[in-house]
Amino acid sequence: MISNMIKLENVNKYFGDLHVLKDVNLTVKEGEKLVIIGPSGSGKSTTVRCMNYLEEPTSGHVYIDGRELTHRNKTALIRETTSMVFQQFNLYPHMTVMKNLTLAPMKLHHKSKKEAEELACHYLDVVGLRDKAEAYPTTLSGGQQQRIAIARALCAETKIVLFDEPTSALDPETIQEVLDVMIKLAKENITMVVVTHEMGFARQVADRIVFMADGQIIEEGTPDHFFENPSNERVKQFLGKIIR
Amino acid sequence: MSGILSPQAWEKVWTFRGTFLLGLGNTIQVALLGLLLAFILGIIFGLMATGENKVLKVISRVYVELIQNTPLLLQLCFLYYAFAFSSHSLGILVSGMISLGVYHGAYIAEVVRAGIEAVPKGQFEAARSQGFSYVQRMFYIILPQSIKIILPPLVNQVVNMIKNTSCLYLIGGSDLISLTYSFVTGENTGGAYAPAYILSGVLFFCICFPLSTLASVWENSLKKRERRVVVQKKTALEGRV
Repeated sequence: MISNMIKLENVNKYFGDLHVLKDVNLTVKEGEKLVIIGPSGSGKSTTVRCMNYLEEPTSGHVYIDGRELTHRNKTALIRETTSMVFQQFNLYPHMTVMKNLTLAPMKLHHKSKKEAEELACHYLDVVGLRDKAEAYPTTLSGGQQQRIAIARALCAETKIVLFDEPTSALDPETIQEVLDVMIKLAKENITMVVVTHEMGFARQVADRIVFMADGQIIEEGTPDHFFENPSNERVKQFLGKIIR
Repeated sequence: MSGILSPQAWEKVWTFRGTFLLGLGNTIQVALLGLLLAFILGIIFGLMATGENKVLKVISRVYVELIQNTPLLLQLCFLYYAFAFSSHSLGILVSGMISLGVYHGAYIAEVVRAGIEAVPKGQFEAARSQGFSYVQRMFYIILPQSIKIILPPLVNQVVNMIKNTSCLYLIGGSDLISLTYSFVTGENTGGAYAPAYILSGVLFFCICFPLSTLASVWENSLKKRERRVVVQKKTALEGRV
């Protein structure tokens, strides 16, 4: 039986008076590829950011790999279980690509320099940027930076990788190179949660799609159900606008 | 005797040049020790001001506001005389070092805070998402990036501290300004006002000018680099349209 890797239970989040997540319940199974879509401001990003406590829910519970995530244990639990890829890449600009990739394995996962560098080279091969190991992030294109950021996330070898709009800050012509890497990853047994506006990607890769609007999940289902015959009017509207 | 052009006055200053060098040595000594204290306090309180703990934030704020909104002279006299009259005299040099350290520590704390806050939020988030603890985040990821922003104003604080050693005069110090003053008012040495203050000023200038030049060169190269990055981003954006 496949276990739940992530579970959100009655999660509410307020930013001041703004109620951005309204009683969200969601489970993600081990190895599942979950794609979250919806209009901007609907709480998609906040939802994934609650999964690694970059945002702490105002109320409700988050369980990761069977353990409850709390303010106290977040650093240790996140270190072992999840990685994240950001819209703005967030590579460390004062370090080479190699240092970006080996920092966490060496300092947090107790690998030797040699082991960490072998790991880094392996994942640089996966994203096709082995030749950029000694480059500094700012000298790379957006697409390349994001592929490096994905490699950095993979170097932690966690069961869960979260993607928060990984292609939204990219030039149109570099989006595909990042999506290709993510499609490749989807064949592994990693649990992936992806917030995206790339419907083609969602259709091709998702095991399940969740649609959010106004801080709530208003529809979820397989890609086929979703794109062929969505039941919710709000979803139909959204898809109508985005797919032409 | 006291005129700028009087050869005798210059001769007297030259004869007693040792006094000025001693004063300079004392000034540098107090400044260096004070600086060490100021750096330690500045980094600790700067980190406290940017951390998540609200109590530490308030403590840091109170320290900075209290120190920045009262005169250095008052702090120095308070420290020196309060202890001197409670029979635990700290001595002039130690009092000077501590009060200069605490005073400039408050300014350095603000410099450190601004430097940390200038690092984009995404850097903190990336570090947190990887599971780095607070100290690790600061040490490996944030501080190495803020150091470039922090350094120029930090050097300016060093310059200010060297000049502020002159406050030691009030508690009977033996720093450069105090010794210059006793020289020009002394019974045997008195009178050579202009040459003495010119020499004293030249000595201060020789130490402070290179430092403040370094700071402004640093600042300009930093600005240039920023401009380059902005231009790059702009062209990248225009390329998208």
